[in-house]
Amino acid sequence: MKELIQSLVEMTAPSGYEAPIRELIQQEVKDYADEVRVDALGNLVVRKGQKSSSGKRIMLAAHMDEIGLIATHIDENGFVRFSTIGGVRPHTLYGGRVRFLNGTAGVIGGERLENMERVHGFEKLFIDVGATSREDCPVRVGDVAGFERPFLDLGKRLVAKSMDDRISVAVMIETLRRLKDTPHEVFFVFTTQEEVGVRGATTAAFGVDPELGIAVDVTGTGDTPKGVKMAVALGKGPAIKVKDSGMIADPRVVRWMADTAEQAAIPYQLEILEGGSTDARAMQLSRAGVPAGCLSIPCRYIHTPSEMVDFDDVQNSVRLLTALLQSPVDLK
Amino acid sequence: MNEYSSISLPISESQLELLERLCNAVAVSGDEREVRAIVLEEIQPFADEVRVDALGNVLAVRHAQGENPLRVMLAAHMDEVGFILVEEEEGGWYRFEVLGGVDPRVLVGKPVLVGKDHLPGVIGTRPIHLTTPDERKNALTVEQLRIDLGNENGKKVKPGERATFATRFRQTGPSLIGKALDDRLGVATLIELVKNPPANVELLAAFTVQEEIGLRGAGVAAYAFNPDVAIAVDATPANDLPLWDGEENTRYNTRLGAGPAIYVADAATLSDPRLIRHLIRTAEEMGIPYQIRQPGGGGTDAGAIHKQREGIPVVSVSVPVRYAHTPALQARMLDWENTLSLLYHGLERLSPHLFSEDR
Repeated sequence: MKELIQSLVEMTAPSGYEAPIRELIQQEVKDYADEVRVDALGNLVVRKGQKSSSGKRIMLAAHMDEIGLIATHIDENGFVRFSTIGGVRPHTLYGGRVRFLNGTAGVIGGERLENMERVHGFEKLFIDVGATSREDCPVRVGDVAGFERPFLDLGKRLVAKSMDDRISVAVMIETLRRLKDTPHEVFFVFTTQEEVGVRGATTAAFGVDPELGIAVDVTGTGDTPKGVKMAVALGKGPAIKVKDSGMIADPRVVRWMADTAEQAAIPYQLEILEGGSTDARAMQLSRAGVPAGCLSIPCRYIHTPSEMVDFDDVQNSVRLLTALLQSPVDLK
Repeated sequence: MNEYSSISLPISESQLELLERLCNAVAVSGDEREVRAIVLEEIQPFADEVRVDALGNVLAVRHAQGENPLRVMLAAHMDEVGFILVEEEEGGWYRFEVLGGVDPRVLVGKPVLVGKDHLPGVIGTRPIHLTTPDERKNALTVEQLRIDLGNENGKKVKPGERATFATRFRQTGPSLIGKALDDRLGVATLIELVKNPPANVELLAAFTVQEEIGLRGAGVAAYAFNPDVAIAVDATPANDLPLWDGEENTRYNTRLGAGPAIYVADAATLSDPRLIRHLIRTAEEMGIPYQIRQPGGGGTDAGAIHKQREGIPVVSVSVPVRYAHTPALQARMLDWENTLSLLYHGLERLSPHLFSEDR
């Protein structure tokens, strides 16, 4: 599974430009799916199973996109000014490397810092692609770039630029492969444009019209020195979301997920995330409303070029998701 | 222009007169009646279907000539930023709130038109004679300002009525000056396309309401039309004046005179890359100048449209305007003309094959 994870996380596919990762996922799932389609916003919708009398139409969602940068201006000396795609923060950028979708690589520099304690905003940072003038700069206004950082395997812990949310993409692919038999019609949806406001999941949920929705995404942890206070830690199992700043998970879904974990002896944690939300919000509010929840994979340093997850958590997430889909669901 | 062109280019006297009427009309978000009346009058003789929906959007259809055409929605918003009267105080003064994004610093000392009879009013302030240098360092807030209708007229309007800047439309050389060029330029453009549409597409024209307060009209319009593809036609700020310190201006957003602005990304939308490429190809083949709007904040009706139902591929094209959301905007005739031309030829070249490419 680590090879799959590496191939997914090293791909560059910022929001709105998910074509390469969609292509890769399509290759990975095609032998296991009953039906594969791509919708108008680029969501990859993979169906498996037929709805039996005891089954439901279930939508799973993990987003393919990642945060990135977009060129706003090429100055007379060939430096590229930029804006952001998704929740990028300036202090994570200094010295970082990026790659534009046209292949051009660059490094991020900044105007002179007057005060080491005060980080520049984006307007004082720029990308240096090695050009010397506007004319020889291979980047145009509107060109999109992703962060570049190789996958790092620390054994139990894995690090990459886009664990958010490729690790969940990997979990869903692996679950699809292991899921031999299900009473449900399951739509594994690999969504677009989550990082700019759960846009892909919004239209995908309308199209799938599910009876139950589960997002698979990363969540923050409270287990680093003087970090945020949060009762989620790496290595203690997948987190079952109770609430985040955009959604209160359906309590029946939370109970069903927790009961299933206990019956299968899979470790789990309950999650309350104070900032951020997931595709589950879009599913919950779709059409006339959908019972929704989220399986979260604990992740340190989210939205930096080095997001860290625990491999046991990843494998347990696959086990839990598979267990959830194997049997009829009785929400109560 | 090539021989296929049937839109009226260069911009004709009658198109300019229509823009003037549209610009001088008052249609602050939520009360778009005046502009809607002009739109209906103009398009009714040409459109195959016209209706006004529950929110007040004008939805017009112009059928394609061929079989299985692409159903293309074009959206331009009828509303403009302005004010809503909140409460009368003595002597014909009204407390008011701002609808849409207006910098409170531009309000002071401006003549305004109030209510359906366009009663003259002024957003007054204490004159310099009676203020201290310290007071003059701070911008006045909306709470501190009043619309003064000059006593008796105060009785002729009620809380809830709208007001807007009193600027009259002017043409001056190659430029246009007016209060509501955002987005009457788009409305005038759409009217021309309804009158003279490219024959290959099913044209679904939405003249939308309440864009300035959160893209509210466009969402329901797109739900109703359920189009294959949509283009928002709007006006976007040009912040293209040189910087006072002589440094390079890196945050111009767009530039006047550089042609229609094609959107890649704003705060509400990531444009469909296939449509961006299509418009750029069209512009380059036709020799129409264009610019890429600097990616960043802001938003157009496309932001609401693309998330409707199962998703709709969108892009936005704007006429650049200086001094957006102030009493006096400025645009160039040529940018308007090139925007109309880019849209016409872009639509003319649009085929379903575009969407068989990967996004």
